[in-house]
Amino acid sequence: MNVLLVDDEDQLVSTLAERLELRGIHASWVTNGEDAILMVKAREFDVAVLDVKLPKIGGIELKRKLAAIRPNLKFLFMTGHGSQEDFDAGSREAGKDNYLVKPVRIEELIEHLLNLVQAEQKA
Amino acid sequence: MQRLKPKFWDHQDVAAGPFKAMFNFRSIWLQSVLLTAAVALVPLLFLAVLDYQVSRKAVESEILNRTMRLVSNTRRSIAFFLEERKFALQFIGLDKSVADLTNPERLQHILYNLRAGLGFWSDIGVIDLSGNQLAHAGPFGIANVNYADQPWFRETLEKGSHISDVFLGFRNAPHLVIAVKHAKENEPAFILRASLDIERFNDLLSRLEVSGQGDAFIVNQEGVLQTPSRYYGNVLDRLPFAVPPFSDKTQAVEMLDHQHKDVVLGYAYISDTPFVLMVIKQKTELLSAWQRTRSRLMTFLGGSVLLILLVVFGVSTYLVNNLYLADRKRVMTLHQVEYANKLASIGRLAAGVAHEINNPLAIINEKAGLMKDLFLFRPEYGKDEKLLGVIDAIIASVDRCAAITRRLLNFARHVEVNIQQVRLRNIIDDVLGFQTKEAEHRSIAILVDIPEDIPNFVSDRGKLQQIFLNLINNAFAAMKEGGRLIIRARRLQDEPAIVVTVQDNGCGIPQADIRHIFEPFFTTKSREGGTGLGLSITYGLVQEIGGRISVESQVGKGTTFTIVLPLEYRKESGEHHERSAGG
Repeated sequence: MNVLLVDDEDQLVSTLAERLELRGIHASWVTNGEDAILMVKAREFDVAVLDVKLPKIGGIELKRKLAAIRPNLKFLFMTGHGSQEDFDAGSREAGKDNYLVKPVRIEELIEHLLNLVQAEQKA
Repeated sequence: MQRLKPKFWDHQDVAAGPFKAMFNFRSIWLQSVLLTAAVALVPLLFLAVLDYQVSRKAVESEILNRTMRLVSNTRRSIAFFLEERKFALQFIGLDKSVADLTNPERLQHILYNLRAGLGFWSDIGVIDLSGNQLAHAGPFGIANVNYADQPWFRETLEKGSHISDVFLGFRNAPHLVIAVKHAKENEPAFILRASLDIERFNDLLSRLEVSGQGDAFIVNQEGVLQTPSRYYGNVLDRLPFAVPPFSDKTQAVEMLDHQHKDVVLGYAYISDTPFVLMVIKQKTELLSAWQRTRSRLMTFLGGSVLLILLVVFGVSTYLVNNLYLADRKRVMTLHQVEYANKLASIGRLAAGVAHEINNPLAIINEKAGLMKDLFLFRPEYGKDEKLLGVIDAIIASVDRCAAITRRLLNFARHVEVNIQQVRLRNIIDDVLGFQTKEAEHRSIAILVDIPEDIPNFVSDRGKLQQIFLNLINNAFAAMKEGGRLIIRARRLQDEPAIVVTVQDNGCGIPQADIRHIFEPFFTTKSREGGTGLGLSITYGLVQEIGGRISVESQVGKGTTFTIVLPLEYRKESGEHHERSAGG
């Protein structure tokens, strides 16, 4: 499984990537939307994990752009802010279950990732 | 009296400065009452007084006019009566010779004819100019009388005729005398003298319809009654008041009689006689019809004044009371807005802090996680149990921090209108989360009894939080150390609602205060800075989400607030339902 992590906190996203790697999930990370687009254009990913609040290109907008490049790409949202608007926007875009509030527990994240990929395989 | 007192009466507004007068409801009320009452009553009373005077004057002048007409007509009748008889004597004197008249049989015959023709003749006599009676006819045979010294005789000689006062004479019956002097050529001059019964006058006067318990009579110019009167004495009695001075016209005056009664006196001097005709009417009697109408009008006026005052009082009280209530509502809304703003500020602050802390917290979480991972996945780091324990402690602390930030964010959310599916248990836990520390500190036991059958329901999460926060805060304020707070929820059987009770064993609320506690600005803690708005806002919030709130309390035993919450959200429009149901 190939996962792309996008979050402006490099300390957070790099550690998360490393922990996923330790569990056998191949994870790349970037800290902004432009880099994420470049990465998706360059390589195949199964799932992109996006922060809702990103500099320049917001999480929701980025999701649309990435989906345009790779229609099969799955998405998961993370947010530090549990506000209603974020929740509404995130769950509208990715579905209610694919929305995580930071701090995220690694087991929870992996469970969501596996669910997404397995759902695709079943389909 | 206490119950009649309007609500605004004892109001003391806290506002000061140039607009202070605007909130003095008692003076507004007083101004309104005085102004409206004055505007309504002054013209009314003015017109009433004016009408009273004008109509009284009109009635009085009408009375005088009527009396004058009556007197005038009666005078004419009496004067005519006397004239007629004087002319009759003149005619006889011209027609008959002295010889005829001095013949007793002839004279008797003439008297007979006079009685038949004109009536009331009593007797007739012929007198020469020296005063000797030459002949006489009548019931009393008076002969050989000399009248030379009598005043009437002298007056007749002087003026040619005379009409006497009424007197009793020999017959002891009131009568008067008419004398006429005759001086024909070729004959010695003589005087014809006849006496008349005054019955005819009495008859004439008694037939007058004198209204107002009136009295009509004749007096002579000296004030001796010539005919009987009803109230002022009999014939030949003296009138108890002075005869008014001579006037050739009929007069009517108002005066006080001898008994100090208000009377209207109409009088007329009958020319060429000593008589004065008088008609006296009791003024009170005459005015009585007018007085009756007047008193009816006065009653009506009194009633109107009373009604006007009642309406003025009622309307002013009602309006000022409404003004007062509107003002209270305004002040309360201001406070409510202020309170909501305060909550919103706290919410924003909380959200900001939570958000800022969340990111570093996430990093700590991941770093600690990674450390743990390394210990678990990489054999070279070894499985050091002690280090693993330390890392677990870090992660546990991070989880606790995360719980706090989440709660803060949840709290921040409720300042917005937030209709959604809510789980009562979560709301209570959120609210209690803020109080756990204080509860532990004061060793207050908190018991939450919310059974699993309480369904999730659609409502305003923020308002619910605020309601329970207020109630739980109040309960904490009421309890001493070692208190016990019980929050219990039950589903109602007969309506789609749940009932939540918040019960403490604190100081309780006195019976006198309990019916005021939901009123805005009612506070027993004004010295500690209480605004008296907490429970009234709670009450308002419960109403807004379609619920009911009630309270039971016993001093020293504790207080129980009971809230009934509908499972169907009624207040807001369907849009919110759809959104919350879809989300």
